[in-house]
Amino acid sequence: MMKDIYILGIESSCDETSCSIVKNGCEEIATVISSQIDIHKNFGGVVPEIASRQHVKNITMVIEDCLQQANMKIEDVDAIAVTYGPGLIGSLLIGLEAAKTLAYIYNKPLIPVHHIAGHIYANNLVKKMEFPLLALVVSGGHTELVYMKEDLSFEILGGTLDDAVGECYDKVARVVGIPYPGGPSIDKLAAIGKKSYKLPLPLDDNSYNFSFSGLKSAVINLAHNEEQRGNELNKEDLAASFQNVVVEIIGKKVEKAMEEKGIKYFVTAGGVAANKRLRERLSNICEEKNIDYCFPAIRYCTDNAAMIAAAGYYYFLKNRTSGFIINAKSSEVLK
Amino acid sequence: MIEKLTSYSESDTIELAQNIESEKFPNMVICLNGDLGCGKTVFTKGFAQALGIEENITSPTFTIIKEYPDGELPLYHMDVYRLDGKVEGLGIEEYFSKGGVTIIEWADTIESYLPEERLDIKFKITDEDVRIIKLEPHGKKYEEICGAVV
Repeated sequence: MMKDIYILGIESSCDETSCSIVKNGCEEIATVISSQIDIHKNFGGVVPEIASRQHVKNITMVIEDCLQQANMKIEDVDAIAVTYGPGLIGSLLIGLEAAKTLAYIYNKPLIPVHHIAGHIYANNLVKKMEFPLLALVVSGGHTELVYMKEDLSFEILGGTLDDAVGECYDKVARVVGIPYPGGPSIDKLAAIGKKSYKLPLPLDDNSYNFSFSGLKSAVINLAHNEEQRGNELNKEDLAASFQNVVVEIIGKKVEKAMEEKGIKYFVTAGGVAANKRLRERLSNICEEKNIDYCFPAIRYCTDNAAMIAAAGYYYFLKNRTSGFIINAKSSEVLK
Repeated sequence: MIEKLTSYSESDTIELAQNIESEKFPNMVICLNGDLGCGKTVFTKGFAQALGIEENITSPTFTIIKEYPDGELPLYHMDVYRLDGKVEGLGIEEYFSKGGVTIIEWADTIESYLPEERLDIKFKITDEDVRIIKLEPHGKKYEEICGAVV
């Protein structure tokens, strides 16, 4: 019988400060998330300067709270895993420095984890991932299709050429006057609207890439034209029309990747993976194709440290630890 | 001196970016302003391509600053919209003297932090594909660039 491995994870790449302890890469012992979303609401977005100040305030509390909930001491964990990028540099640094300090004082291995690897491994907390798999990563900063032959082997099939899908949701929300964060509100509005506005299917080609900038412009033009004609913009219908196009193009590319790569398992990750309509469409595709799939619990879709600790376990098994010279990286390719 | 141009398509905007790129120098600062969807990121894409950067330029809205070190000069691409004018502690000023080219989207929201010498570019959407582009140089170097480009 193998010894149980406990990883303490720390995540601070954007607006949440979080700490978690995960056993064997799949069993969550305790997670504490100190969300700053209420503060950011007043500013119409994540404000990095505020984010890093809040992280400094939160980080020790969040770590202590997590250890207390787990009824453990840092001595009891096998390694410290931490997000080193990509993200807001000032925010990343706070988590990384905390992790380095703990690793140094308690003489624990330090494991730098890529934020997106973490998002993908959030699925491991639901059930153990099977390979080969296809992962759809959709969030405020990312839109990527990733093929994984085995644990920690990431092949990026394609990604956004301009705006991330979550960013597009936020910008469209802004156009129709919906407060931050716009994505969940658009999802809710779309549920009661009709897809009566005509919008183009963005980058409907043979690649695995996405482009949402043109769709954003189309929504802006539409809102502008309606205003000039003196028509009142129906927000619900616009949300439904917009969401329909987004879900349509994502579904189409996912389906193509499934066929071409011959995968066994499908996972989603990132904040937009919480979108109801997208989940519905993707689960339909998987059922049609008889592919096993997993959607992370909603609380694991947004940023959290449990996913970092879960991914950290596999880095630990492969001995992918790091010295204290590791730096935070604001933009870093998943590899 | 303010120069006014009209762009009838994305490729016009890209061409302008390429022409400005050919006048580049270390520590050049270009400030882009205009509504959502007016072509700020398109401009930056064109500029980056001319710099020989092979990596695809994606929106920096989420991370505020993206760095591309691999061109003829390094490119620092920023979107300061979400900062809401609160720049202190981010170290944005440091980029202006790092030897590369800095392109800042929504720069007018942080005007007091911008270097005195710079090129302001304002995009105005007049029709679906049509943009009025105003070039406003600050400082002699930038005035020369405008003269060469227009």
